[in-house]
Amino acid sequence: MKITLRVWRQQNADDKGTMVTYHVDDVSPDMSFLEMLDVLNEQLTLAGDDPIAFDHDCREGICGMCGVVINGIAHGPENTTTCQLHMRSFNDGDVIDVEPWRAQPFTVVKDLVVDRSAFDRIIQAGGYISAPTGAAPDAHAVPVPKKSADHAFDAATCIGCGACVAACPNGSAMLFTAAKVTHLGLLPQGQPERDSRVVGMVAQHDAEGFGGCTQIGECTAVCPKGIDISDISRLNRDLLGALAKGDH
Amino acid sequence: MTDYDLYVEGEQIADMTAPSGPISERWDFRKFNARLVNPANRRKLSVIVVGTGLAGASAAATLGEAGYNVKSFCYQDSPRRAHSIAAQGGINAAKNYRNDGDSIYRLFYDTVKGGDFRSRESNVYRLAQVSVEIIDQCVAQGVPFAREYGGLLDNRSFGGVQVSRTFYARGQTGQQLLIGAYQALERQIAAGTVEMNTRHEMLELIVVDGKARGIIVRDMTTGEIETHFADAVVLASGGYGNVFFLSTNAMGCNVTATWRAHRKGALFANPCYTQIHPTCIPVSGHHQSKLTLMSESLRNDGRIWVPTKGGDERNPRDIPEDERDYYLERQYPAFGNLVPRDIASRAAKYVCDEGRGVGPGGLGVYLDFADAIKRLGRETVEAKYGNLFDMYQQITGENPYEVPMRIYPAVHYTMGGLWVDYDLQSSIPGLFVTGEANFSDHGANRLGASALMQGLADGYFVLPATINDYLANGPFDDIDESHPAAQEAAESVRSRIDTLLSINGERTVDSFHRDLGNIMWEYCGMERTEGGLLKAIELIRELKEEFWSNVKVTGQNEELNQTLERAGRVADFFELGELMCIDALHRAESCGGHFRAESQTEDGEALRDDDNFAYVGAWEYGDGGKPVLRKEDLHYEYVEMKQRSYK
Repeated sequence: MKITLRVWRQQNADDKGTMVTYHVDDVSPDMSFLEMLDVLNEQLTLAGDDPIAFDHDCREGICGMCGVVINGIAHGPENTTTCQLHMRSFNDGDVIDVEPWRAQPFTVVKDLVVDRSAFDRIIQAGGYISAPTGAAPDAHAVPVPKKSADHAFDAATCIGCGACVAACPNGSAMLFTAAKVTHLGLLPQGQPERDSRVVGMVAQHDAEGFGGCTQIGECTAVCPKGIDISDISRLNRDLLGALAKGDH
Repeated sequence: MTDYDLYVEGEQIADMTAPSGPISERWDFRKFNARLVNPANRRKLSVIVVGTGLAGASAAATLGEAGYNVKSFCYQDSPRRAHSIAAQGGINAAKNYRNDGDSIYRLFYDTVKGGDFRSRESNVYRLAQVSVEIIDQCVAQGVPFAREYGGLLDNRSFGGVQVSRTFYARGQTGQQLLIGAYQALERQIAAGTVEMNTRHEMLELIVVDGKARGIIVRDMTTGEIETHFADAVVLASGGYGNVFFLSTNAMGCNVTATWRAHRKGALFANPCYTQIHPTCIPVSGHHQSKLTLMSESLRNDGRIWVPTKGGDERNPRDIPEDERDYYLERQYPAFGNLVPRDIASRAAKYVCDEGRGVGPGGLGVYLDFADAIKRLGRETVEAKYGNLFDMYQQITGENPYEVPMRIYPAVHYTMGGLWVDYDLQSSIPGLFVTGEANFSDHGANRLGASALMQGLADGYFVLPATINDYLANGPFDDIDESHPAAQEAAESVRSRIDTLLSINGERTVDSFHRDLGNIMWEYCGMERTEGGLLKAIELIRELKEEFWSNVKVTGQNEELNQTLERAGRVADFFELGELMCIDALHRAESCGGHFRAESQTEDGEALRDDDNFAYVGAWEYGDGGKPVLRKEDLHYEYVEMKQRSYK
């Protein structure tokens, strides 16, 4: 296959940035999207040009590090991570636009690489259970209903890639935040900090400059892990309950 | 033993901190005898932790919680990206929740035997003991393990054992355990006990008066070379499987942190022990950048087979039962498809070598779920393995519910690593090494679901108990950037970067890495021979020389420069690759992940030579000369050393 790419190039956070066109020949349908970028980068390097910077690591769809907007869709057309998108999803001769996640709190570091450290700070604001090491009771001391455990697991599969933010017209990270609130809030272990967790995390979410959620649903539509938008409803209920109690 | 003129032999070494006495009491005894640091003094002491996987994040969080000043470093954009996250299958623990005869002693026994009698009994027993606490800790943190309808934890079995002791969270156990450790770490970051440095790569170790006192890192965004000091340094930087280029490791996994420490005096033990995992998705073409593992748990229900006759290109569903060879079930009736990884991998290689492999290039075997779907129903299979099946379909474009999966062995885990004593301290005082980065616990082969166990055992329980004994030597002398050792380390990093940027040759970094990987896979992969290893050493040396004169690294240091990052790592892989081959060459026996063709039984199984090789091979850096082999003898008091048999 022959593919034409229009890629966002931006030297650093201060640079204005622009789209640049490249051609890649001999693209195999079995290549992942990132492997296709590898091939392009080999071409650029040999020509003495600066290869395109992009974030990636596990290339198994689980670390959440890769992530670019492809033809206007976060992670591209297949509802999976960019590393798990394969070129068989495209046609010979296609022109493909590649851009970084765009949201105010996600500064561009270089080309397609953005700074997502705001997500870590949201977790710092309460996205954990305070369980000091070595003091835990036997794991069977607290049974967890299978339904709750499964539902908590569904939420816990969030990989923190940021596609939800990139897709949201408001630049909201509410699906990410809600996934963690849901994961921990559904477990008996998570109850003591349930109120303070949701209040703290939402406050940090707002302080980072992410927008509010207006239930548009673009986030869940692009989420490679299928995090459900109902998690946001759960977050809202928890938040209102906690604020009403006022003892968080 | 033949003298190959490639290394010299040095003095023996011994693990001076390993306690003696009844094996079940050794860990308690060591903990009791290790000195403590009082809480008020902990605030005055600092520890650097490199790496934020299971071993690093759990260690940093626990040390921070204990009150030490911790500085944590990772090369990714967030500690949550560490490659522990990709582990699929599960984590072992001797809970005996299934009442199937499991115990700490049995987990210990299975692990020593599985490691082909090349690990330390004391370490392995401790690992089995601590495993029980790990599950409790993770459940308390909210790790959503699979549950039964009664609300209790579910278990499954894994390769190499006959009990169900593996705790799991669908096929994403590593992810959930890492997220648990990551959340504990973020909690400490918020509490101010841990300072996190993301997108920072350790490029040198600072050794002052023989003790590890700091590291040199490069800020990968700005290129700034920074010096960080501490009273002790912990390396939790993972394994070095990417020396093979194609492996199941994340793209960024590298050996640089441990190799730089090795060059500064830390011994590198058993580098040749590489685990080849039997259930990976086969290579699809030259563009391949990495390989994807399919969880070993699939072997619980999937049946492995190839056609009886070579060159059978029929649709697998059209091949009748009597023309299929379920070769693992045939050769190993007791364990069947659940034999340990080294045995399953070699068996797959042999049937492919015989020309009976399936798929492109004949490098694949079938992993078939037709029987399981018939027996359990598609829904049950979907609930157990659904995400793995989806992943397979995404990558190959084939539907594994309808056609058997194709799998082939691939490099997965490295059992070798920096030598550590029972306290997890390397041969450099003050330098501790945890998780896959050290060599201990697994011997020559690792059983499934035990990597996660070791990473968390080291980070949550072992290191936090033993490092106190070293830190109790404090307060330590103040040092700053003007110290000659720090200046020398920073200068060597700068000059190495300048050299890489100035070569401006004609070949890309990746092309060198691929070539190195091919050499390693061909000659130091699943099967090794004397002639092959000698050839590999020669080829690596030639390639390394060409690298340093013909590599093309574009851009500059003062920016995000991913080519420069990779170039530095590949440069270290060359040196490690050579040492791996030398280690493999000198060990003229077969054991676990190291199969020397010259040493096999009549029916092709690995043949150990306990009279001559029951030792850890720990290498001292040659510093311009030849590497020095230092042996640590292994003694078995509790598990009788005998030929492994899974028949």
